[in-house]
Amino acid sequence: MKAVISVVGKDSVGILAKVSSACADCSVNIIEVNQSVLRDMFAMLMLAELENDTTIDLLREKLTEVEKQTSTKIHVMHEDIFNSMHRI
Amino acid sequence: MLETRDILETINMIDNENLDVRTITMGISLLDCMDEDIDKASVRVYDKVCRYAQDLVKTGEDIEREYGIPIINKRISVSPIGMIAAPCQSRNVVKFAQALDKAAFELGVNFIGGYSALVQKGFSAGDYAVIDSIPEALDITERVCSSVNIGSTKAGLNMDAVKMMGKIVRETAERTADRDCIGAAKLVVFCNAPEDNPFMAGAFHGVGEADCVINVGVSGPGVVRAALAKTGKDKSIDEIAEMIKKTAFKITRMGQLVAREASKRLCVPFGIVDLSLAPTPAVGDSVAYILEEMGLESCGCHGTTAALALLNDAVKKGGVMASSHVGGLSGAFIPVSEDAGMIAAAKNGSLDITKLESMTAVCSVGLDMIVVPGDITAETISAIIADEAAIGMVNSKTTAVRLIPAINKKAGDELSFGGLLGTGPVMPVRNGDPSVFINRGGRLPAPLQSLKN
Repeated sequence: MKAVISVVGKDSVGILAKVSSACADCSVNIIEVNQSVLRDMFAMLMLAELENDTTIDLLREKLTEVEKQTSTKIHVMHEDIFNSMHRI
Repeated sequence: MLETRDILETINMIDNENLDVRTITMGISLLDCMDEDIDKASVRVYDKVCRYAQDLVKTGEDIEREYGIPIINKRISVSPIGMIAAPCQSRNVVKFAQALDKAAFELGVNFIGGYSALVQKGFSAGDYAVIDSIPEALDITERVCSSVNIGSTKAGLNMDAVKMMGKIVRETAERTADRDCIGAAKLVVFCNAPEDNPFMAGAFHGVGEADCVINVGVSGPGVVRAALAKTGKDKSIDEIAEMIKKTAFKITRMGQLVAREASKRLCVPFGIVDLSLAPTPAVGDSVAYILEEMGLESCGCHGTTAALALLNDAVKKGGVMASSHVGGLSGAFIPVSEDAGMIAAAKNGSLDITKLESMTAVCSVGLDMIVVPGDITAETISAIIADEAAIGMVNSKTTAVRLIPAINKKAGDELSFGGLLGTGPVMPVRNGDPSVFINRGGRLPAPLQSLKN
């Protein structure tokens, strides 16, 4: 399955590194990254490939830790949600 | 790649605008559980419900976790118990309610609907027994919901049943007076009851349905309101309708995805998606606030019915293309105690029961979760039911009445049910005694529009 990871929050050192190492720890392959910093706000969207459905729990757990460390808001959601809501 | 804007929009809907899948409801037929011996029949009911729905809650939670969308309730609806009780020699049909309640606790579902009777044209033996036992059943059980269909466009109104239901609603409230009359909040009186409705308290599994089916109810008044707020005050009505349609489409697509996934994982056929705007007491999740966002000072002022008609219609038009099968109640709900904006409007006096009645002519259900004074007579409750059912019958739509007589309380007091059922201010009803009309009994003939063949 593919999942969309979104990270939004105040910019600080190492957000991208922490998120991507959390992904690597769960053997999650990052396919696309779209990142921007507007003034001091950091916004990043990632499309990632998960090996199986159970990995998402582990990934979410790891990213919750990153969320606390970096004071950002991170969401992990199944790609199908966006496909079904925004594409006919 | 997905558009960044679309991703952020969806996340914002879930995080800040209370977008959720309101319920996954599994409908289970109990027609094969009938028996002359009520004890045997209720054991069969318990066993079948537990067997079919054993994975329902877990599957719901799995989908919620994997997809990252909240699924608030997992529920069950069963065939109307009035039918299942028909062959039983014992009239102690409350045993079925106990079996259903036990199954609900065992499975971890928060409501189980179907302690129901369909008597739009007349009663069978089981129907009488079930209706008679409703006050006791809703008193001694916690999670069982009950509904009675007393009329339809095809059959007219069963005024004997209307008369009975006035007494039953009052008695149910009296028996649960120590718990804020909660029993009456789990009892709905319908005209034109839909057979595939996933929303409580009126859900039951219709006779024309498959053995087991998955129906999903979506919600999202907060999302619609936020979308309207972004369009600005200067936009025309056409643009508002268009905006609601687009939003309803997105919400329903999410419901359809969940329904398809739940049906696949549970190996149960997918029934319908009910695309209703169901409010919750949470701030921002209110249908009244949508109407106010359209430009009304307060829900209940003149213009409310027109605004609600627009909303109800646009929700359906937007949602119908998003799902392969749309059904249930589909539209906007206006349950007073469950809607922060309605509660506020009722308290400040801009919303009363007569305005609510006219709103029900254009919304998807009826007089819902309205707390009335404790000294209301059974005949007045029956007359409110008759008025509401007449609106449904003549307009070929579902209408329902869920009144909660606040025993020992009067206008200005309050009942608090907790959770999704919310808090209701006691609303005054009109004066005048309708008892001679109600006590006549008989059948109110079906209107001309029933003769379509």
